[in-house]
Amino acid sequence: MSDPAIATEALLREPWDGLKLPEEQALSYQRTGATFGIWIFIASEVLFFGALFLFYTAVRAEHAEAFAAAARETNIVYGTVNTALLLTSGLTAAAASRASEHAALIRLTRWCLVATALLGLAFLVVKGLEYREDIAEHLVPGPGFKLPEASAQLFFGFYWLSTAIHGIHLMIGIGLVARLIVIGWRHPERIPGNPQVEVTLLYWGFVDMVWLFLYPALYLAGRSG
Amino acid sequence: MSTRVAESPASLADPDELALGLPESYLSAGSTLGSWLTTTDHKRIAILYALSVTLFFFIGGVAATMVRLELFTPQADLVGADTYNKLFTLHGVIMVWFFLIPSIPTTFGNFLLPLMIGARDLAFPKLNLASWYLNVLGGLTTTAAVLAGGIDTGWTFYVPYSTTFSNTAVTVGVMGVFISGFSTIATGVNFIATTHLLRAPGMTWFRLPLFVWAMYTTSIIFVLATPVLALTLILVAAERTLGLPIFDPARGGDPILYQHLFWFYSHPAVYIMLLPGMGIVSEVITCFARRRIFGYEFMVYALVAIAVIGFFTWGHHMFTSGMSPYAALIFSFLSFVVAVPSAIKVFNWTATLYRGQVGFESPMLYVLGYIGLFTVGGLTGLFLASIPIDVHVQDTYFVVAHFHYIMVGATVSAYFAGLHFWWPKFTGRMYPETWAKFAAVLMFFGFNLTFFPQFIAGYLGMPRRYHVYPPEFQVWNVLSSSGAAVLAAAYLMPLGYLTWSLFFGARAVNDPWNASGLEWRTTSPPPRDNFFGRPAVLGKPYNYHPEGAEPVHDQPRMPSQGSLT
Amino acid sequence: MPAWLMPVAASTQAAKVDRIFIGLTLVSAVIVLLVVGLVVTFAIRFRRGSKADRGPLPEVVSREFEIGWTAATLFVFVFIFWWAASAEIGAFSPPKDALEIHVVGKQWMWKTQGSNGAREINELHVPVGVPVRLVLTSQDVIHSFYVPAFRLKRDAVPDQTTEAWFQATKTGTFQLMCSEYCGTDHARMLGRVIVMEPQDYAAWLSAQPEGDDLAHQGERLFSEKGCSGCHAPGSSVHAPSLAGIWGQAVQLDGGKLATVDAAYIRDSILQPARDIVAGYAPVMPSFKGLLSDGEIQALTAYIRSLGAGPREIRTPGVPPLSSRVPGAQPARSPAMVPGAPVLDTPAPAGPAVRP
Repeated sequence: MSDPAIATEALLREPWDGLKLPEEQALSYQRTGATFGIWIFIASEVLFFGALFLFYTAVRAEHAEAFAAAARETNIVYGTVNTALLLTSGLTAAAASRASEHAALIRLTRWCLVATALLGLAFLVVKGLEYREDIAEHLVPGPGFKLPEASAQLFFGFYWLSTAIHGIHLMIGIGLVARLIVIGWRHPERIPGNPQVEVTLLYWGFVDMVWLFLYPALYLAGRSG
Repeated sequence: MSTRVAESPASLADPDELALGLPESYLSAGSTLGSWLTTTDHKRIAILYALSVTLFFFIGGVAATMVRLELFTPQADLVGADTYNKLFTLHGVIMVWFFLIPSIPTTFGNFLLPLMIGARDLAFPKLNLASWYLNVLGGLTTTAAVLAGGIDTGWTFYVPYSTTFSNTAVTVGVMGVFISGFSTIATGVNFIATTHLLRAPGMTWFRLPLFVWAMYTTSIIFVLATPVLALTLILVAAERTLGLPIFDPARGGDPILYQHLFWFYSHPAVYIMLLPGMGIVSEVITCFARRRIFGYEFMVYALVAIAVIGFFTWGHHMFTSGMSPYAALIFSFLSFVVAVPSAIKVFNWTATLYRGQVGFESPMLYVLGYIGLFTVGGLTGLFLASIPIDVHVQDTYFVVAHFHYIMVGATVSAYFAGLHFWWPKFTGRMYPETWAKFAAVLMFFGFNLTFFPQFIAGYLGMPRRYHVYPPEFQVWNVLSSSGAAVLAAAYLMPLGYLTWSLFFGARAVNDPWNASGLEWRTTSPPPRDNFFGRPAVLGKPYNYHPEGAEPVHDQPRMPSQGSLT
Repeated sequence: MPAWLMPVAASTQAAKVDRIFIGLTLVSAVIVLLVVGLVVTFAIRFRRGSKADRGPLPEVVSREFEIGWTAATLFVFVFIFWWAASAEIGAFSPPKDALEIHVVGKQWMWKTQGSNGAREINELHVPVGVPVRLVLTSQDVIHSFYVPAFRLKRDAVPDQTTEAWFQATKTGTFQLMCSEYCGTDHARMLGRVIVMEPQDYAAWLSAQPEGDDLAHQGERLFSEKGCSGCHAPGSSVHAPSLAGIWGQAVQLDGGKLATVDAAYIRDSILQPARDIVAGYAPVMPSFKGLLSDGEIQALTAYIRSLGAGPREIRTPGVPPLSSRVPGAQPARSPAMVPGAPVLDTPAPAGPAVRP
């Protein structure tokens, strides 16, 4: 952390600058604070998605067969490709986070951030293709729905809602990473040691994790056994 | 003691302090509207919140007044069914989400948490400002729903009525509550991080004032319960606007699942409303009894226990829904258990008075009222935790009376206690004490007259949300409505005399109550950076008399850093 | 307890509930008196400047006090829990010989039907001293069946059944109310439970019509004339369901709206090709000459008896709200499915008027 090239002064924020600590220690403490804050927020998000999965679990328990039938209608190829994309983005995000601790690795940090954002975008593109196919196959709940069982529509209610909510989270993540890329492009000195890098990428990691739960719930549920 | 007329709150700061070369108060750090709307000072944000929650309190209050007026007679004379349904919904939604939940944490918590732990500001000042904007945006969105025709679902938004049958502006209202949820979560994150990381040297966990502990435990509920509500409201909005099948029983959805999700948030939300008031009471009662809090550690454990157990009692709102009787027994048992730490707190406050030097200034009157009302509210909670009684009184005025005793009787009393206690610190002015005492006494009697008859009406079987009712309940409703008039007067009085004090009140000294907290060790009102230098903490809170010695009335305190008294 | 403080107790459960209630009230009164008494005593005795003795509190004593009253409170609370829970466990399941009554809540009325066939609106006749099992459901939103005199309340949830039971101990007329908020006329969703001596109940029961009124004739015609072949749910022919359409606006091919009334039903039977409901093929043959006017009236009465369904909630320009999507399974309460028992037309609250 005590890399001499880290621009401590530019990165310190109130009230952390008023702790009567040496600047480097204050920045390190600010980073602790920022990381702690995002972990609390992630705890909050876990409960948010937890409620969503509780809904899934309860409804699936009540309508097991309709759920299995409906889940077989999802396109596992798109789903698996997307899982691979997001997992890879998790790797680049982790690399960016570690590299950002050292001023010497600014180029690596930048490229990893760019790769993360691009992989996220690729996920959204694949998701869009999948949505188009779903709409063409009448998998939108409502009149003319493909499957006869009423409760199969519940599965697709969950499908559209959960993927949309996850997609919005991912878009926010892409926006935050893009913001870091812009900062790194205009003021390269503000990336190394910046607490925002770790905060952003922890959030990214969380959005990744959510997908790892959504993937089996949406794509594998009807195909097991 | 000056009685000059000040043009704006910003000019309240004592010019003499500036002459001494001391930093100017937070109020005079800028007097333009822009300086307030872009401030990251936790104290100014607290004032912004105070203004917005007061506004929402009176919006909700007007709706409550209309409800009580309509209930004066058994017939529908003032408003019709639909208007009445919109009125009680407005009252509930505004009071719960835009007054009770934010009231104490965002005003007193924002102002006092950093001061009490000796910090310069909250951990994330910009996030704090963003919280206020989100809260106001949410409140305005919900108020806009009223302009768009109102909402008639009740504050609980029960499905399938809210998703499929109501043709009112439910989606807009739900979105307002959803937005304010972000504000709540952000405040929670901020408070938790601040308490963990920005305590002054020497301020260990077991030296924290109980108000800080109350804020900390409340914040944990903020962070862990609010997201569940947010998701639930998204589900309701998605079903209404996109037609997705979620809770619709005709397509296999389960309306009871909605109730589980809703109460998983809304029961802990009761403790969001309760715990901060408990924090205020602990601060005030020690100061006016000149006594250390009795059983500090137990008070802390009680707060934590309430916050934790409170997450597992939600099912007691659903005893009549046809849930499994075995689940009902477990929820009933846990509801009894969660009452134990509340009882401990009441006993400890009572014991704190023992061998004290009890004074009866207005904040103390509010607190004594609080103890009485909270005891009644808490004990009637035991009635509702007993399944056979709950089956009878669920959704009757008994429940209405019970939660008003807890959330209005107790918490609003604590809110006013805190407002009077810290008013000199917030504004640098003293209020007229006689008026304040009169308001406190009036509020206590007005409250009991309003809500005690509702216990009886409820046990006699009067359901809630009825604008017309069988005539045998009229006597209780007339009593209740008369009490509401008294209560309304009592709530309006502080608005008058506190506003008056802003301009004509005597200047407050830095520590008018001779209190022990760190927030009194700075000027009234405090400077932007709160303290002159970084305070250090040497002992336990509520240091009202030396360890082992008897308390002395108005014992002179050691002048400490920043104190001008 | 004076009558103006305690509601009439007219069921076996009511007596138990009142016992717990009075017991809890006494315990609470003692606790309130204790707390308020101590607060007032301490506040006066140790008021500022009084001469009372104020030595320090020994640390050990305060710890023991804390543990003492925590344990005492816990004990008292768990005792109350046990007391209340045992009363509840005893009332879990109804006796085997209980009289079964089906209750359907809908905005804003109660329909009850005994297993012996007696149907009532906003009224329920039961014999005294006989356990009665209620099987509840709802046709629209959640309602709650509340009889204060029986200390009985149970939610009626759409597309689910819930159960409750009671045994009346007094004859008389008792108030029935809806206690779960259900929309505009929630406060007017009232009824009466009439508890009669068993012989009076038997007499009342035998005086009930056999159910062969106009609507019942229509019900028979509905299957005899082949209507149910297409209009019953599960039919292989794509035809609109008739459940709950009475009084509703239906969307016609070409964008027109039509209200389902006697004239519309008559037209639809006699000139089916004229007004086609949007989304359906014009496959229905005309019944001109095959049905008499009386028979059409009977069919109309039957369709009318299937109920008006939930209030029309769609406003023009607003997307349709989920459950009434055309083509979706109208899986409503069995009471609204063609072929199910006929229900009476809504009657206003108050003294029941039998058709």
